Amino acid sequence: MWSYEKKLQYPINIKNPNPAMAKIVMTQLGGPDGELGASIRYLSQRYTAPNAKTKGILNDIGTEELGHMEMIGTLVYQLTRNMTPEQIKKSGYDVYFVDHTAGIYPVDASGNPFSVMPLQSSGDPIADLHEDMAAEQKARKTYDNILRLADDPDVRDAIKFLRAREIVHYQRFGEALRSVTDQLDSKNFYAFNPSFDK
Amino acid sequence: MAETIDLLKRIKMYDFILNELVLYLDTHPDCQQGLAHFRKYNDLRNKAYEEYAKNYGPLMVSQTTANERWNWIDTPWPWEKEANI
Repeated sequence: MWSYEKKLQYPINIKNPNPAMAKIVMTQLGGPDGELGASIRYLSQRYTAPNAKTKGILNDIGTEELGHMEMIGTLVYQLTRNMTPEQIKKSGYDVYFVDHTAGIYPVDASGNPFSVMPLQSSGDPIADLHEDMAAEQKARKTYDNILRLADDPDVRDAIKFLRAREIVHYQRFGEALRSVTDQLDSKNFYAFNPSFDK
Repeated sequence: MAETIDLLKRIKMYDFILNELVLYLDTHPDCQQGLAHFRKYNDLRNKAYEEYAKNYGPLMVSQTTANERWNWIDTPWPWEKEANI
């Protein structure tokens, strides 16, 4: 169960609408390394996590990612206020606009709709936690690329915040992975699935 | 307005500290220093939430007064600029 706090995790106030930038930022909502996928990945994996630390970290990072999804939605929403038909055509936002107008719909930067295919819930915590650490690095990579493309300080500020969160999450998943391997035979961690084998 | 924003900024700061501590304590559940920080900032956060709800409106649905009007919908939503000035 969740309850809602009527605020963003970090404030976003975009002064200059920019649909071309919205199209790029959108990928962290609906793209392969985005916040929606991160949240579904961790909140799905948590059920069969083998110890309390790992259940806790998957639950709580999965919850934080929901707040990040809201931040990306907010960025796209504010970047697409008061667009003129000329701006829509010139920016390349027209191919999204024709289906979704100025609504928020999870797609990647090329317009492919959100998919769960890039994520796994394998039932094996060693496999899952390695995937989670990779996922945090992949999200960090996308934020680095957005920072290479974005000039607007209002966009950069929020993206830098989100980028820093990926690094903290990577650290915490690494600690959870260590808590799992500490419970296993150090001669061969991979001979055993601690969530399934008895 | 300026006071609302200052208080909301302070709340976001407390919630950020607490979120960091939640993730840290998930993997370090016996760290006494972390636990002391959590107690300190959780108390500050709860007081700031109460002050905000009393003066400017609810941040959580449990803070709505349900008095004559459903004031949960009267404050700006987080994605709107008015909530982030």
